[in-house]
Amino acid sequence: MNLTACLSLSAILFSFGIFGLMTRRKIIAMLLAIELMLNAALINCVAFAYYAPAGADTDVGSILPIFIVAITSAEMAVALAVIVAMYRKRKVIDIERLEDLHD
Amino acid sequence: MIESSWMILLLPFISFIGGILFLHKQPKLAAGFSILCNGAAMVMALILAVGFLSSDDTGYHALAHTWSYDWFAITDTLTVSIGALLDPISIMMLVVITVISTLVHTYSIGYMENDASAGRFFPLLSFFVFSMLGLVIAPTLVQMFVFWELVGVSSYMLIGFWYHKPSAVAASKKAFIITRFADAFFLTGIILMATQFGSIGFDAINQGATAFSSMNTANPSFSLEGGAVQVFTALAAQEGSAGFLGLNLLSWATILIFIGGWGKSAMFPLHVWLPDAMEGPTPVSSIIHSATMVVAGIYLTARLFPVFAVAEYTLSVVEFTGAITALFAAIIACTQRDIKRILAFSTLSQLGYMMFSLGVADMEHTAGFTASMFHVFTHAFFKCLLFLSAGLIIHSVHSNDIALMGGLRKKLKGTYFVTLLAVCAIAGVPFLFSGFWSKEEIIMAAWSNGHQCSAIIGLLVGGLTAFYMGRYFFLIFHGEYRGDAHHLEHAHENKFMLFPMVLLAIPTIIAGYPMLTGHTFFNTVIPQATLPTHPDHSASWIMPVAIAMAIGGLLVAWLKYGRRAVSFDTPSTNIVYRCISNKFYIDECYIFVTKKIIFRCVAAPMKLCDDYIVDGIIHSSAAIMRGCAAVIRHWQNGQTHVYLGLMIIGLALLAWFGGAL
Repeated sequence: MNLTACLSLSAILFSFGIFGLMTRRKIIAMLLAIELMLNAALINCVAFAYYAPAGADTDVGSILPIFIVAITSAEMAVALAVIVAMYRKRKVIDIERLEDLHD
Repeated sequence: MIESSWMILLLPFISFIGGILFLHKQPKLAAGFSILCNGAAMVMALILAVGFLSSDDTGYHALAHTWSYDWFAITDTLTVSIGALLDPISIMMLVVITVISTLVHTYSIGYMENDASAGRFFPLLSFFVFSMLGLVIAPTLVQMFVFWELVGVSSYMLIGFWYHKPSAVAASKKAFIITRFADAFFLTGIILMATQFGSIGFDAINQGATAFSSMNTANPSFSLEGGAVQVFTALAAQEGSAGFLGLNLLSWATILIFIGGWGKSAMFPLHVWLPDAMEGPTPVSSIIHSATMVVAGIYLTARLFPVFAVAEYTLSVVEFTGAITALFAAIIACTQRDIKRILAFSTLSQLGYMMFSLGVADMEHTAGFTASMFHVFTHAFFKCLLFLSAGLIIHSVHSNDIALMGGLRKKLKGTYFVTLLAVCAIAGVPFLFSGFWSKEEIIMAAWSNGHQCSAIIGLLVGGLTAFYMGRYFFLIFHGEYRGDAHHLEHAHENKFMLFPMVLLAIPTIIAGYPMLTGHTFFNTVIPQATLPTHPDHSASWIMPVAIAMAIGGLLVAWLKYGRRAVSFDTPSTNIVYRCISNKFYIDECYIFVTKKIIFRCVAAPMKLCDDYIVDGIIHSSAAIMRGCAAVIRHWQNGQTHVYLGLMIIGLALLAWFGGAL
């Protein structure tokens, strides 16, 4: 394992995230894809902290992802609540049938 | 009284504002209010005139500026001010305008009693009077121009007062466009005057010109101040310069200014609007023809007389225009059948008199000037009276055509009597009537100052005037009634209409007598110049000839139209007669020029240019925008995936250009 391997993993995860976001039609699946992209970013963060040259300050790089995970779960809870509310109102979670942005 | 003379101007304006804002639904109140305001103005003008006449010496009265306010400055030395200028001619005009406006307002109560829009009529009439009063007291060319245009606008509104009649609308447009055409020259003249001679104030211009002319006559006793010095220097500097097209700058400026008066006073060939202006209500015609509009051109020429006299050729142009118009209009008037058109052409002819009378005067012989102003004064009253009586006749028999009248003397006795007086005045029946004195004065002035040709035209036109007015009078009042008997049954004289006519009959007779006393009121506007001279009466044969022409004209008219019944059944086939009765086809010429030449050769290419170049640029830029929008709109389909994709591409591009990738 080295920094390149970590960054490659992150890049692959991020690409999967984009691919999922662009191809999935269900909103929940898109949410999962977003989560994937976010985690790719967090891997970058941790990897840079771990492989930092000696003497550099690594505290922020290792602690920040924990905060982000916490905040993201809260965010996801809100997003799920929105999706549930929308489903109750519209009976649809297919993104291609939600075309209201066009007006 | 002199100090508060601006009130004379303000009162009709109050009547206009009050009437148009609050009283347009109540014609009776509007009429009362405007008569009150105009009557008050009349009283003030009369007090002013009496004060003026009874003041100090018999010489020339100093120009009195009652107030003046600097409006804006064009350059350091040239300031446009607004104010009031009182001198013999402006006071004379104030009296004429306010007296006639009050009487015409009174008359209009009767004339407009069955008209639903009378509440709009009275304020507009007051506005007309206000504009003309402002023009008369203007001390600068700019103020005069402003009010000049206001006169144009208000005449437009009043001629087109019955805007549901297409002919009235056409007539008002015609009047407006023709006078506007002339005003363009007027404005150019003002600008030329201001830039080349450094002044727009009448005082400065006239004093400078007077000093310049008296320098030429080796009598250099003058003192100048202010703008007059500048005018004097400019005049002296440009003397002998070649100028442009053989005319020097002063002649150009004065002739251009005169063209403004040419249009407003309806001189040939810009006269075509005046007969058409008959489409307006008769009180309007009466006020246009006597006091407010058409004398503006004469007044302008008189106002600037010293500088016109100094300029080469200008007065010759004035004289020539006036003489041609006088003769031309008098000939046409002999053949017309519309009662108001006859009067319109007679006005043209009389305006021609006033104009050429100004043209025959010069700085040493001012008799023509005096005679012209005198004729403005007398003509206003009898012409107003003629129009008012014509209005009453039209009101009674519901027709404008004298072929459908006749024998009205039995039914309309009061009108018969006052019209007789006015006809005698305009025809120049000797000694008793005002018109005789002023007309004779004009001819005498022309002859004694060496303008024999104009004097002879004046005599000839005098005979023609007597003839067509006699024809007018006999065809309307004598013989047998030729129209629809039903209308004659109901013909009556409304007392509101008859009363002002009877009052006007007084000045119709006595307005000529001030001349006999030789009072300064009619003398001159020329400051500190030569004393007014009376025409030398060496040409004593003129008066008998003028009398003979007047009597002869009336006699011919009596023989032809009064003595026996006249038939209008067969239209004359005489080609000369037809040409004259069609007004020498001047209107047709104008229509030919505008429709066939200007519209086709100038307007049509301009329209192509407009359609394809100006509009083309706008349309194609709009089309480009629409095309772009169509492409962009395609992407905005509400599909979140598309938006996401575009966003990702955009971010990638940003990162690319930012150098991150």
